[in-house]
Amino acid sequence: MKLTRRQMLQGTGLGAAAMLLAPGGALAAAHGGGALTIAYHVNLPSWDPTVGLSAVNPTIQTFFQTVYDQPITQNPDLSFSPGLLTGWGWNDDRTEIWMDVREGVTWHDGSPFTAEDVAWSLARAGNPETGNPIQFLWSKVTDYKVSGNRVTGKVAAYEPTFFKWLSFLTGYFMPKAYFEKVGAEGFEKAPIGTGPYMVEEFQRNAFVRLKRNPNYWGEKPAFETVVFKFVTDASARVAEVESGGSDITLEIPYQEYDRLKGKAGLTGVTTPVSDIGMIFLNDIEVMTDPNVRKAAAHAIDKKAIVDRLLRGYGVPIDTLQAPQYAAFDPSIQVAYDPEAAKALLAKSGYSTDNPVRFRIQTTRGFKPKDYEMVQAIVGMWRKVGIEAEIEVYEIAKHYELRATDTLAPAAFYNWGNSIGDPSTSTGFAMFGPSPHSVWDGQDLIEMIGPLWGEADEAKRIAGYKAVDRHIAENAYVIPLLQYVQPIVHADTVSVGTHVSGVLLPQAVKPA
Amino acid sequence: MSGSLLLRRLVQAVPTLFGVSVVVFVLVRVVPGNPIAMMLPPGASLEDMERLRQAYGLDGSIPEQFVIWLGQALQGSFGISISLRQDVLELVLGRLPATLELAVFATIMAVTVGVLAATVGVLFRGRWPETLIDAINGFTLAVPDFIWALALILVFGVLLPVLPISGRVDPRLGTEFATGFYLIEALVSARFTVVGDLLAHMIMPAIALALPLAAIITRVLKNSLAEAMAQDYVMIARVKGFSRWRIIWVEALRNASIPALTLTGVQFTFLVGGTVLVEKIFSYPGIGNMAIDAVINRDLPLIQGLILSFAVIFIVVNLLVDLSYGLLNPRLRT
Repeated sequence: MKLTRRQMLQGTGLGAAAMLLAPGGALAAAHGGGALTIAYHVNLPSWDPTVGLSAVNPTIQTFFQTVYDQPITQNPDLSFSPGLLTGWGWNDDRTEIWMDVREGVTWHDGSPFTAEDVAWSLARAGNPETGNPIQFLWSKVTDYKVSGNRVTGKVAAYEPTFFKWLSFLTGYFMPKAYFEKVGAEGFEKAPIGTGPYMVEEFQRNAFVRLKRNPNYWGEKPAFETVVFKFVTDASARVAEVESGGSDITLEIPYQEYDRLKGKAGLTGVTTPVSDIGMIFLNDIEVMTDPNVRKAAAHAIDKKAIVDRLLRGYGVPIDTLQAPQYAAFDPSIQVAYDPEAAKALLAKSGYSTDNPVRFRIQTTRGFKPKDYEMVQAIVGMWRKVGIEAEIEVYEIAKHYELRATDTLAPAAFYNWGNSIGDPSTSTGFAMFGPSPHSVWDGQDLIEMIGPLWGEADEAKRIAGYKAVDRHIAENAYVIPLLQYVQPIVHADTVSVGTHVSGVLLPQAVKPA
Repeated sequence: MSGSLLLRRLVQAVPTLFGVSVVVFVLVRVVPGNPIAMMLPPGASLEDMERLRQAYGLDGSIPEQFVIWLGQALQGSFGISISLRQDVLELVLGRLPATLELAVFATIMAVTVGVLAATVGVLFRGRWPETLIDAINGFTLAVPDFIWALALILVFGVLLPVLPISGRVDPRLGTEFATGFYLIEALVSARFTVVGDLLAHMIMPAIALALPLAAIITRVLKNSLAEAMAQDYVMIARVKGFSRWRIIWVEALRNASIPALTLTGVQFTFLVGGTVLVEKIFSYPGIGNMAIDAVINRDLPLIQGLILSFAVIFIVVNLLVDLSYGLLNPRLRT
């Protein structure tokens, strides 16, 4: 039979219609029947939240907090409230800790969550053989004992942030009986937690499908099914939410956020997050001159950078504490003052005709407008008498150079601090002996050292505020801004934001 | 010939794989970026760093590390992925089928389009269809596959949202597979809804990969077809009164296809390499996508495992191409 042109066109039309109606086609709703689809920006490498590289990756805590629950819940403003622990604390002389375990909680396989699980999990976390990356912290408490619903432990070394870490990295309780039965490999294939969602299907580098835990102890989430698609390309994430293939996405360029939130059917929400952009200064070469450092700090117009490069999505900061952090002190300010910068440089014999020269290293595309920010800063510096040469490198090289203390005199980086404690920002970043630190000044070592184990919390926080003021006065580092996380979503849902940057499906509700 | 050729190729594969191993092993260890530095947790000490280096076998010299790794590789173990904490061979074999299905699908697409376009070009030699085909060819060749990927997403994912943008299968289908060859398995088990969904997810990345290859095949095949059409046996076929379509498809194509076949075999390996970017853009869970994460994380064992996989694919494909010569041209059989 010979096909006529009309028949071919009709067939093409039917074929196109079939494709439209096929699963994945646009006419199939992105979420129907209680399903929520999120285009997420990173892959989930592993389901074990306590060991390996993934355990210390803040960007995948979203999954762990959805499936596992936190021992101590971290609220959206970084404050803390009871989670799987209903109470906790130290004894009077800080030689012992105690934790009260929530009753009536079950693991996803129906078995009861008990104090034994807590004791076992924490002992495992502190055991150097199990590979917990924060083992050095968990090992500061040992010899856990269970009595009813209370777990106690002996303090080997006082750690003021011990309980804060129970709401952050690697501090998750694991199911003792199930883990011992199936082993690490079995757990990886079929993870269980106590959280509001259970893992239904996981395809590495593709998606994870979660279903609501019918026996959840807390507030019942709104959606029966949640699908996280791992869409690591920003353009693809934009296309996912714009096409309706996903309901929510995040970590997209700010200009795309502004464009999408104005489209019919979409809206957006932003929140400052516990991630800051900064310029590490290394105590080498010209950077040992305090006039150069202070001039570099005063010459940067942070507000202009945020307004013009980041479209207003950012919060200028002058210390390594964001406004939500425990040791934030708004009185510590470093003014934008190019004339003061010139005067400082003149004291050391520098000027626009005789500029001071050094290298500044930066990534390109690792953080929003990272390279462009450094370009802008170099331009601002040039106007006062600083000539900085930009060197672009990969983030992997940054880590290597930082660990070996061989960074350039200036290096752009971001620093996350999801517990909002000053020890995990100022402490780790500015304490010389730490492999994360760049500035190795003895004055800071002497100021920060005693704060690690300071038992008086008010004194500890005051101590870090004093350290931050000292750092700002001497320009040992140049904090730039607190990042803002853009989230675009269908206007049929409302999204609860979190300063730690997690995107929790249990915080998403129908609009 | 097939048996001796196979044996010769297998013997040649050994030094090839060894050479690739050495080059990759050394390169990933000398380029900037230390996986241990990347995985250091906050609050870690220099002692912690050294402990991790020892735990991952990175404390020895490069030759020492290579000897250890080679010994394990000869026993079938390619180590444990630093970032994923799983056996490298299992990870690669788990993701390889996705890339192979995509690459084969793209190649079939490219060959089909290339052969059709070349045939049309020869049929209408010297006229506007050939000119149009040459112009489209040039344009297609000039645009890299990842740009095609973005353009396809824009057109068929956003402007005319008819195709899914990411992934390999709709997560909501809840389909289970026994093997990694989802498409083949779904076809064999007659799950046509799943087949449709899989193809819908594959079409855009496959087109992005296929277009440059199709252009190359068109160009090479058109030229060799044109040459074949000038041969005596073709003139005899014309004298016998065969149609032009029959002359091209039955008489000329078999001989004319040998250069295109060789090129397709070589280009297939480049196509597999091209999956790295295309899989990333479409979030397609193949070894290309995994390779990017491995490089970013400086996951040395995984990078080595993936590169060796690509090398094995290259060797196998070239072997298949050599073996197929005899099928196409009996004069090449000995």
